[in-house]
Amino acid sequence: MSTAIDELQAIIAELKTELEEQKTSTRNARERIERMSAEVVDSNPYSRLMALQRMNIVKDYERIRDKAVAIVGVGGVGSVTADMLTRCGIGKLILFDYDKVELANMNRLFFTPDQAGLSKVEAAARTLSFINPDVRIETHNYNITTVENFDKFLTTISECGIQKGQPVDLVLSCVDNFEARMAINAACNENNLNWFESGVSENAVSGHIQFIRPGDTACFACAPPLVVAENIDERTLKREGVCAASLPTTMGITAGLLVQNALKYLLNFGEVSDYLGYNALNDFFPKMTLKPNTECDDRFCLQRQKEFRARPQPKEQQEDEVVSNEPVHASNDWGIELVAEDTPVEQQLTNTTNVVTGLRLAYDAPDKVTVKQAENAAAVDAGVPETSLEELMAQMKSM
Amino acid sequence: MVDDSTRKTLSNIPLLQIRAGPREKDIWVQRLKEEYQALIKYVENNKQSGSDWFRLESNKEGTKWFGKCWYMHNLLKYEFDVEFDIPVTYPTTAPEIALPELDGKTAKMYRGGKICLTDHFKPLWARNVPKFGIAHAMALGLAPWLAVEVPDLIEKGIITYKDNC
Repeated sequence: MSTAIDELQAIIAELKTELEEQKTSTRNARERIERMSAEVVDSNPYSRLMALQRMNIVKDYERIRDKAVAIVGVGGVGSVTADMLTRCGIGKLILFDYDKVELANMNRLFFTPDQAGLSKVEAAARTLSFINPDVRIETHNYNITTVENFDKFLTTISECGIQKGQPVDLVLSCVDNFEARMAINAACNENNLNWFESGVSENAVSGHIQFIRPGDTACFACAPPLVVAENIDERTLKREGVCAASLPTTMGITAGLLVQNALKYLLNFGEVSDYLGYNALNDFFPKMTLKPNTECDDRFCLQRQKEFRARPQPKEQQEDEVVSNEPVHASNDWGIELVAEDTPVEQQLTNTTNVVTGLRLAYDAPDKVTVKQAENAAAVDAGVPETSLEELMAQMKSM
Repeated sequence: MVDDSTRKTLSNIPLLQIRAGPREKDIWVQRLKEEYQALIKYVENNKQSGSDWFRLESNKEGTKWFGKCWYMHNLLKYEFDVEFDIPVTYPTTAPEIALPELDGKTAKMYRGGKICLTDHFKPLWARNVPKFGIAHAMALGLAPWLAVEVPDLIEKGIITYKDNC
């Protein structure tokens, strides 16, 4: 009897040490590195990145350690984006997401089935710090579009950069909905922060990235979203029973385009694309630049436009709104047509923005003049007897 | 596309005039009054036409909304809790209406039970900012969703009639 207990105790002790070893080995695969070395040895995680300097692609690659990037949305695109930046040795990553990892996410990259149930930011932070312990990772597990969280989001991106009190160097939007994109847009216009918008279509066969420099390029509220025209007849597009499809390929490619352009911007090499689309069906990459809308609804966008115009413009200024060799509307391969909606409250359709072949606006912009007229007309008949908000709330409640 | 009956319902809901979101504290109160006026009118219209189908109320800031909606199927009433937040970018972006108790029961939902709207909803909303409000979101978003999804969920046996008596 006592020998049996002794034996069991020995086994427990052995398993304990094994478990401890397992824990430490996965937690600290390597020690933090003080400076990036250019030495070409198998044990240097940065040797291939520092080689970019020797090949004259990037000057002073190590500047990447002074850069802080906020990633909003850590899903199919955001997680891969975070992974890439971590491997590049970015100084600091701030991750925002309020979702949990689910088995339904496993058709995309990065997350593993054992992480199901964990918050996406928490699961990502663990993997990322294991991959590269030099990267400082901060996580925020909330929905940025609600009133109380939006202020936290604003403060974080404007004060939690590399140095405390400094803004982040770049914001990357990897969210999957219009509301969150508009919230990021509002925050970046307000704080005058450059950001990239990215997206993958709900049918998984196209993606895009868009670089938004407040006042300089169109903000996300300046025009209806610009999307890749897929040449699929909407009437034949089966949506029954599903909200969205996704592919690891389209998501990985979009993340790759996003991070490539983020790196070019942060480390100042090559040419950063203002808008780059990806059509997976015919491997077409439409590219263009969008100027801000002088009648944008976002007042901070208008303020940034004014500031931008007042600034002396550096070197070759692009005069053309559309930077592309593609003819504008040369043909109508995509079957774009303006269909009049007949609901009485709708505005007449106008589509004044020129868009390069292969892209289209997600919908037609409302007619500004009629909207303004309606607002003015509204202002006139404001003479109705005042009912207080409390009275209205009570009336609604008693119905 | 919007069908004739929805269009008729829609044209009887007052349009809103004030473009203000919940971060613009002062004018938001004005917008909120318009929201309530439109909702009250919409519920009155529904009662008159015998198609009363929801009740909503909000917190005192008007940023969080909650209530009930119901759907009649084969003379039985199926009732669900409704909730949504007013996003900071409202009214440029519509509220994301959620039916939390149906989360995970249908594919036509996003996380947290937010209903999956048709391709037509967002463009229609965008073209009618700031005239559309919560009442319009209910009429154009939730009403057609319930009409399509609830009978389907009942047929599949995913939801069953709860006798409240």
